[in-house]
Amino acid sequence: MQAWRIEVLVRESEPDPAGSAAAKALSRQGLAPASVRSRRGFLLGSGLTDAQVRTFARSVLTDPVLETFVVHAPGAESPKPAAGVHRISVLLRPGVTDPVAHSVQKALADMSLPVVEAATYRAYDVTGVQAHELATAARRALCNAVVNDMLPDVLPASIAKGDQRADLAPHPIPLAHLDRTGLEQLSKEGGLALDGTEMLAVQAHFAKLLRAPNRMELETIAQTWSEHCKHKTLTGRIRFDGQLVDNLLKSTIAHVTHTLARDFCVSVFVDNAGIVKFDDEDSVCIKVETHNRPSAIEPFGGAGTGVGGVIRDVLGTGKGARPIANTDVFCFAPPDMPKEKIPAGCLHPRTVLQGVVAGVRDYGNPMGIPTVNGSLHFDEDFVGNPLVYVGNVGILKTARAHKQVHAGDFVVALGGRTGRDGIHGATFSSLGLHTKSESVSSGAVQIGDPIAERKVMDAVLALAERDLFSAITDCGAGGFSSAIGEMAEGLGAEIDLQSAPLKYDGLAPWEIWISEAQERMVLSVPPRHLDAVKAVCAQECCEVTVLGRFTDTGKLVVKFEGQVHADLDLHFLHKGLPVRERIATYVAKSLVEPNLPPESDCSKALLTVLSDYAVCSKEWIVRQYDHEVQAASASKPLCGPREDGPADAAVLAPKLGSRRGIVLGNGLNPRYSKIDPAAMAECALDEAMRNIVATGGDPDYTAVLDNYCWSNTNHEERLGELVRASFALRDLALRYRTPFVSGKDSLHNEFKDGDRTIAIPGCILVTAMSVIADVARTVNSALCKKGSVLVLVGLTKNELGGSTYYKTKGVLGTTVPRVDPDLGIAVLTGVHRAIAAGCVLSAHDCSEGGLAVAATEMALGGRLGLRVDLSAVPLGTGLSPTSRVEDVLFSESQSRILLEVDRSRLQDLQANLRSAPHAVIGEVTGSDAVTFVRDGKDVCTVSIAAAERAWKRPLDLDGTLIQEVTR
Amino acid sequence: MKAPKVLVLRAPGINCERETHFAFERAGGAPEFVHVTQLLAKPDSLFDYRVLAVPGGFAYGDDIASGRVLAQELKGRLGDRVLQFLERGGLVLGICNGFQVLVRLGLLPCTRGKLEEEVTLTHNLSNHYECRWVTLQTQKSRCVFLPAGLTVRWPAAHGEGRLVPKDEVLARVLIEEGYAALRYVDDRGAPATHYPANPNGSPNAIAGLTDRTGRVLGMMPHPDRSFLPTHMPNWRETMRTTGSMPEDGDGMVIFREMVKVARAEG
Repeated sequence: MQAWRIEVLVRESEPDPAGSAAAKALSRQGLAPASVRSRRGFLLGSGLTDAQVRTFARSVLTDPVLETFVVHAPGAESPKPAAGVHRISVLLRPGVTDPVAHSVQKALADMSLPVVEAATYRAYDVTGVQAHELATAARRALCNAVVNDMLPDVLPASIAKGDQRADLAPHPIPLAHLDRTGLEQLSKEGGLALDGTEMLAVQAHFAKLLRAPNRMELETIAQTWSEHCKHKTLTGRIRFDGQLVDNLLKSTIAHVTHTLARDFCVSVFVDNAGIVKFDDEDSVCIKVETHNRPSAIEPFGGAGTGVGGVIRDVLGTGKGARPIANTDVFCFAPPDMPKEKIPAGCLHPRTVLQGVVAGVRDYGNPMGIPTVNGSLHFDEDFVGNPLVYVGNVGILKTARAHKQVHAGDFVVALGGRTGRDGIHGATFSSLGLHTKSESVSSGAVQIGDPIAERKVMDAVLALAERDLFSAITDCGAGGFSSAIGEMAEGLGAEIDLQSAPLKYDGLAPWEIWISEAQERMVLSVPPRHLDAVKAVCAQECCEVTVLGRFTDTGKLVVKFEGQVHADLDLHFLHKGLPVRERIATYVAKSLVEPNLPPESDCSKALLTVLSDYAVCSKEWIVRQYDHEVQAASASKPLCGPREDGPADAAVLAPKLGSRRGIVLGNGLNPRYSKIDPAAMAECALDEAMRNIVATGGDPDYTAVLDNYCWSNTNHEERLGELVRASFALRDLALRYRTPFVSGKDSLHNEFKDGDRTIAIPGCILVTAMSVIADVARTVNSALCKKGSVLVLVGLTKNELGGSTYYKTKGVLGTTVPRVDPDLGIAVLTGVHRAIAAGCVLSAHDCSEGGLAVAATEMALGGRLGLRVDLSAVPLGTGLSPTSRVEDVLFSESQSRILLEVDRSRLQDLQANLRSAPHAVIGEVTGSDAVTFVRDGKDVCTVSIAAAERAWKRPLDLDGTLIQEVTR
Repeated sequence: MKAPKVLVLRAPGINCERETHFAFERAGGAPEFVHVTQLLAKPDSLFDYRVLAVPGGFAYGDDIASGRVLAQELKGRLGDRVLQFLERGGLVLGICNGFQVLVRLGLLPCTRGKLEEEVTLTHNLSNHYECRWVTLQTQKSRCVFLPAGLTVRWPAAHGEGRLVPKDEVLARVLIEEGYAALRYVDDRGAPATHYPANPNGSPNAIAGLTDRTGRVLGMMPHPDRSFLPTHMPNWRETMRTTGSMPEDGDGMVIFREMVKVARAEG
C-alpha cells in the first residue's frame, strides 16, 4: 500500500546518540565510517492530506527543539542520497509487532485526524564506506534477519500488509494407514516434536473414535505433550545403572519439598509459580524460566519475551499476583571469542550478550518491575546455545493463593491480539538447534510489547482487587491451546475461535489456537461478573474478548464459524501421554589434575582472575536495568561509597511502609559440571544459600527453585549426569531443609554444526528466596571501617578443580569443590545468627576466584585497604600451612563467608558462630591496597586502583566505568 | 485542617504511581489514583484536586518520543485546563516520565505562560537507559514549595533525560531567572559537567525545572524512590555512625513541602 513517508532527523548541530551507537556497531564489524546520522521513519496511509501530514509530523513526530522532518508524498520517487552517502533502512518484517505504529495511530485519533495504517522504520546515512561492505556489515550490526528487512540505498515506500485469505478448512490428517516410521516422518515434517511411541498413542486414540484427527487436534496434542509443557523426560521412567527411577522430578525435587513439609510453603508445583508465606496477610510467589532458543536466534526479542512470559506466569499465579522483581541469569560464550571459532548459523556471543541485555532492559524497565539480581557465566560451549534464565517474584493475598474454574464460567481472553508470532514455540524448544535453525524456526521468535503487557497487568490487578474472576492463567508456550486446555482439565470447554481478535487477516484457525502471540492472559469469569470485567478493562485500555464457556463435558471443543475444528477428550489430552522410558548411565570423566608450576607472581595471578568474565564487574549491565522502581529496594546490586561493589543478594521491602522483606540470591557454576555434575548441583545450592545468608537472609526461612538446562538427554551418559546431579541436589536440600517451590527444565541444548555437536555443560540454576522480619538487619559486601577485622568462616580445602584460577591457566583439573552438609549447616546458621545479632559490619561469600577475589571485592567496594594473613586461614582436606599460596588464595571451597567485624564485637561473634570453624584472618587498613601475607611475608599485593581496573575493564562496553573512578 | 487531595495520574505505561501515592499519603496528603481515561471523561474533575502528580514510567511506551503520546492526549483533551488549574491554586509535580510529559505539554518551563515546547528531554549521551544515584542541589528558584540550598541524593533512572533548551537565550533565562530548580552537582558541590555525576549530559547540569508561576515542578531523578530511610544506598553507614535510622530518606522533602504549601493555601 502506497504511503506518506516522513523522516525525522536530528539537526546537524546536535549530537545524534543513535547515529553514534550505529557507528560504533559498524566499527565492530571492521568498518570505519566517517559519519553516521540516524533518521526515524514513519509511513502513513495515503488517506491523509498533505496539510494533515505536516501538522502531525510537526506536532507529534518531531522534537521541536532538536529535530527537523521531511515529507515524501505517496508514490513519490525515492530521493537519491547525496554523493558519498549511503543509506541503510531497517524495517520490521511483515507480521512483526510494531508498538510504535500503534501509538502513532493513537496520536492521530487524539488529534482528530483520520486513523490510517502506520508503520515505522530506522534509517542511517553513512559516509566514508563502500556500499557493498556497508550492506554486509549493517546486516550484522544494525538488524536481525529474523525480524528485520534491510533496504540499502532505497527508502521504504509502502506499508506491507498480510492480506492473504485464511484457510478455514479443518484438514483431517489420516493416520490409520501409517506405520511407526511414517508417523515419525509426519511428526517431523509437521514440527510436532512427538516421538514414534507418542504418535502411535495418538493413532490408537483416533482409531477408537473411527476418525482422523484434524490439524488443530494434532497441533493441540503436540503442544500439550511437548517436553516444554509436560517435562516428559524428567517425569518419565529412567533406568539408571540398574536402578529404576520412576519420575525423577517426583523422586528428587518434589520429594524434598514433601518430605520437609515446611509450613511456609503455601502452594508448590501446582501453579504457575511457587507460593511462600510472607506475613499474616500476604504471600510471595516466585518463578524462573528459560528462554534459550528464541534468544539464540533473536537475542533482543527472545530475552524480552522471556521476561514478558515469566512476568505473566507470576501475574497468573493464584488469583493474580503483583510482580515485584525480576532476576536474570545468563550463560554465554566469551564475548571476545574469535570469529573463526563461531559456527555457521550462530550469532557472535558479543551480539548475543548485547541483545539479551537490551531485551531484558527494554521489557523489564517499561513494565515497572525492578531487575534486582542475576549473574553471568561464560564458556565456549554456550556458543550455539546461550542460556537465558528469567525469573520473577510476585506478591498476593494468601487468601487468593488458590483458584478454581467453574463450569459455566466464561473463557475470557485479555490483552494483545493474536498474530502468527511464535507458532510452534513449545515444540521448537523441545528440539535441538542446528545451522539452519535461524531460517526454519524464525516463526517461533516474537518481539514483545511491554506496554501491552503493562495494560494487561493493570487490568488483571484491578480485577483481582474486586474479586471478579475465579481462575487465571497466562498464554505462554502453546498459546490458547495450552492455557485453555490446562484450565479446562477435569471440566471441559467450548470455544468459538472466530471471536479472537487478530493482528491481521489470513490466520487459519489452528494457527490462532496455538499462536504464541505475547501479552495475553486467559481468565475464567463467572457470568455475573462479566459486565464488570468489561468495564474495568475498558478503563485500563485493555482489550477483552469472550472466547467461550467452561463446561462439564470432559471435552475441549473448538469451533470456527460453526465448524468443529477440535473435539478432544481432555482426559486423553492430559493423561494419554505414554510414559517415556529412558536409559541412563553415569560414567565418571577421566580427567587428570594438572601439574602446574608454582605461581611465580600471585599478585599478577589475582589481577588475571579478577579480569575473568565470570568474576569481573557487571556494572555495565546492572546500570541499564531499573533496580529502584516500586521503591522496595533496601539493598542495591552495587554497594559501597562509590556504589560499585558487587552485592551478594537483593533485599526488598515490598510492602511500602513495612520493613519486612525478602532476600533474593542465586547459584550456578557450569564449569564444575565438566568435572562432576553432582558437585555442580551441590555448589549451586550452597552458593545460593551463601548469597542469601551473607546478606542477612534466614536459611531456615528460605525457599529454592531449580532450573535445569541440559544437553541431549536421549544420550545415556548425558541423562546419567542429570540423574546424578538431581540426586546430589536432593540430598543437600534435604539437609539444608530448603524446599523447592517451583522449577523448570530445558533439555536438548546442543548445536549441530555439520558433524560436530556442541553440547552445553549440564547446568542447574538454584534461585533462593528468604523472608526476613526487618530489612534493617541486613549487610552488604563493602568494607565499612578502618581498624575492624576480617573473619573467615568455613574451611579452605584443596579444591581448585574447575576453578577460575585453573581456567586462567587453561586447565580444568579434578579436585572440584564438594559440599560437606554438616559444615555447610554450621556456617550458614552461624553467620545468620551473627548478622541478625548485629555483630557483622559487612559480609561476602567466597565463590569464583575464592578467598582472594572475595576479599579484594570487599576492599574495592569499601575503598578501604585490607591486610590478610593466610597463615591464619582455617584449612581443610588437602591443604596444609606449607601448601602453595595460590591454592589457599584461589581454592573455591564451598560454605565459606568472609565477615568484617568490629573488634569490640568479636566475642559476641564467636558466641553466635558456635561450632562453625572460623578465624580472624586480617584487618581493614587505611592503605590503598589489598595485601596477603604468609608467615610474615608479603605474598600477594594489589592496589585497589589496579584491582579495580582489572575487574572493571572486561565488560566496560561503554568505556566509562574506570574513568568514573580515576576522575 | 483537611488533607489536600492529590490526583495521582495513571495511564498505560505509567509505572511509579503506587510509590508516588504512598509518598503523598505519608506526607499527610489525600492521594487518589485517577486513570487518564477517567480524567478525560470528566476533564473538569481536575479542579477537585489541589495537587496533580504525573508519576514516572513509560507512558504509551514512550513511543515516538518519551512522554509524547500522553502529552498529546492531555493537550488535546484537557487543553488550557492545566493552566487554569494553576490559576486556581493547584500545584503540579512531574517525576521522570511525568517531567517529560509536562515538558512536551509545554507546562515546563512555560516562561511565557503559554503551552508551548521550549525545551526538550532527549536521549542520554550514552544512548541508553541508566539507573544510578545522583547528587542534586536545590536552587534558589521560582518554585513556591521547593526549599533552596538542599543537597540531596535521589536515583536517576532514564534513557531520555538530557535537557536541551531551544536556544541560548532560553538557556540563560532558565538559570538566571529561577527556572532551573534542581541541578546535578559533583563531589565539590559544583554543577556537574561530566558523567556520571551528570548522568545524561544535560548542559548546565539541569535536573529539574519549575515554571513561571513556581507552582509546577518537574525532575528526572526520583524523590519517589528515595523517601524512606531504607531507600538510601548508605543507610547502613548512617545507622552505624548515628546509631539510629532517620525518619525520612532524601526525597521525602518534596512530598512534605508540597502538602504543606497546599494545606497552608487552604
